[in-house]
Amino acid sequence: MEKAVSEEIIRVEDLYLNFYTYEGVVKALDGVSLNIKRGEILGVVGETGCGKSVTSLSILKIVVPPGKIEGGQIKFNVKGKTYNMLEFNEPTMSRVRGRYISMVFQEPRAALNPVYSVGDQIGEVFYLHRKEEIIKAVIEQLRKEVETAKGFRKRVLRLYLSLYERMLKNPKSLRVRLASKIPILRRFRNLMKKEVRKRTVELLRTLRIPDPERVVDMYPHELSGGMAQRCVIAMALVANPILLIADEPTTNLDVTVQAQILVLIRELQKKLGSTILYITHDLGVVAELCDRVAVMYAGNVVEIADVMTLFKEPLHPYTQGLLESIPRPGKPFTSIPGIVPSLINPPPGCRFNERCKYAMDICWKQKPPLVEAGKEHYVACHLYSGGK
Amino acid sequence: MKFKVPERLQPTIREIKFILRRIKDTPLSLFGIAIVMFFVVIAAFAPLLAPPVPGLNPYLIPSDPALGFRVEPSPPSPKHPFGTTLLQRDIYYGCIWGTRWAFQVALEVIIPIVAIGVVLGLIAGYYGGVIDEILMRFTDIILAFPGLILAMCLVTVLTQANWTTIDSVLLSIILIGWPGYTRLIRGETLRVRNEDYIEAARASGASDLRIMFRHILPNTIYSIIIVASLDFGGIVLTTAALSFLGLGAPTGWADWGRLIYDGMGFVSGGLRWWWSWVYPGVFISLFVLGWSLLGDALRDVLDPLYRRK
Repeated sequence: MEKAVSEEIIRVEDLYLNFYTYEGVVKALDGVSLNIKRGEILGVVGETGCGKSVTSLSILKIVVPPGKIEGGQIKFNVKGKTYNMLEFNEPTMSRVRGRYISMVFQEPRAALNPVYSVGDQIGEVFYLHRKEEIIKAVIEQLRKEVETAKGFRKRVLRLYLSLYERMLKNPKSLRVRLASKIPILRRFRNLMKKEVRKRTVELLRTLRIPDPERVVDMYPHELSGGMAQRCVIAMALVANPILLIADEPTTNLDVTVQAQILVLIRELQKKLGSTILYITHDLGVVAELCDRVAVMYAGNVVEIADVMTLFKEPLHPYTQGLLESIPRPGKPFTSIPGIVPSLINPPPGCRFNERCKYAMDICWKQKPPLVEAGKEHYVACHLYSGGK
Repeated sequence: MKFKVPERLQPTIREIKFILRRIKDTPLSLFGIAIVMFFVVIAAFAPLLAPPVPGLNPYLIPSDPALGFRVEPSPPSPKHPFGTTLLQRDIYYGCIWGTRWAFQVALEVIIPIVAIGVVLGLIAGYYGGVIDEILMRFTDIILAFPGLILAMCLVTVLTQANWTTIDSVLLSIILIGWPGYTRLIRGETLRVRNEDYIEAARASGASDLRIMFRHILPNTIYSIIIVASLDFGGIVLTTAALSFLGLGAPTGWADWGRLIYDGMGFVSGGLRWWWSWVYPGVFISLFVLGWSLLGDALRDVLDPLYRRK
């Protein structure tokens, strides 16, 4: 495990992102830097509007206008090579999305299209990213059947086999596309549909969905929140992605269901060895689930550390305040004074300066860089940058 | 042996039952459906109900030479149940074949309009920005003119350019009709575009085309169906209006509007030649009424905001 952890798969460097609204330019991300290592669960915590979700959307490059990435790099390590994802064009990105990086959304029922059954939607991702595998499986099955079949059926199966082989060789083959449009002949696609369905059911079963054969044909409105979230997770796991981004996947669920989903996520992570970027504002979940934590505030990463280190010795005044404001029985309720600054006109220097009890002159003049204050413990605060 | 419904079809059957009950409960919907079915039957069996003269275009109303070439209409008789109009053309024949013609016109117009509207509306709503702006200003230009007057201008121009009057009527109605659908679908696309499941589809690697046609379109299709069925009668009314103004079908064509136009000269006679304008008028009114009622019925059934009330 130790060896695997050291390898970085995503490194976000100095990411700037603005929203161009009528009220002005919202500087939503102001030089965000963080890294995700293979096999870990990285938690990203912060208040609403601090840029957690936007960071994850930028990694997939699905920020919608008026949002625009203004600068920085997102380095993506895959098969021993490093790419800057911000330089990828749209077709390349759509191969990355779902295949290498996929995402689980906050509101499970909204993340499923109401007009398609669960099986259709999970199946679509199979078609998008694992079509070759499915065609190969169908061809293998057909070869076996052709040997035993007789007479007319044998001819039909041979025709199907030739079509599938052509499809494997050239996915855009005109003959296959034409055949897919002709009634009756079109039925050769049913074999592929069956295979996809079989795999979908298997996938749902690994996610411990009861009675998956029935759930495959259900529509989103027929599912409970927890079930819907499992289906969304299934959709994200179809292609065995290297990185799974989970954007508050349990926020809208009951506590008991939330616990089930968390256990499931941890199990899947152990079993598949995938890497997870877990976005939440729930520090309890972070403590429970994550290996490392990045704390964000007003568009900045203010602290990144191992989960134990962060909870034991938080360095940044914001992290300290955040941990203190967790309600505990018998303790007076505390909160961080002041409010989050407007991101249209953020204060100069450190964005936390207005609310920080240790604020110094320099905090109003200079933005603190992210420095290593302890082993693998990074913090962006002038209290610590002087000493190092 | 009892037929057992597979369990996964249960919701579909429940839905169909719901729709049928809903229709049964609203007599107006039933009435609308009955009218439309009535016209469908007439259109389908037109060659049996009013056999055309062999060798002639069936849409041309034959004259009855037995009544001579008098201009004034002849009253209803066993041979001509609805009487005859100008030049002894059989009104019954005109009304029957006019039904088929009405369906043909409405389909030939509604299909291209919906196709254009879907494609342009999806593009405008999904991409937004400059593309949206350009397309919407185009629709604004066309919507700025009163529809019928613009259609009249277009028909006049197109006939001058050697188009047949019928083709130019169809084309001009298509040209004035597409902006409405484009706007409708653009609006629906804007509503659906920002839903989470669209973002989820993008996050799982679906291309723009796939998102537009597989994820957005099915979520907007209900409003298209409703508006299209309401428009079905409207289009026939517009062609009839153009015919009535003398710009549409040529004289003798089995078109309700043209029949009324032919009968217009005899309105001055009071009720003396009533059959020459009453029968085609009744056909047009019923046709439009039927489709509006059907559209309302579809809205009751399909529109999620109305349905569970």
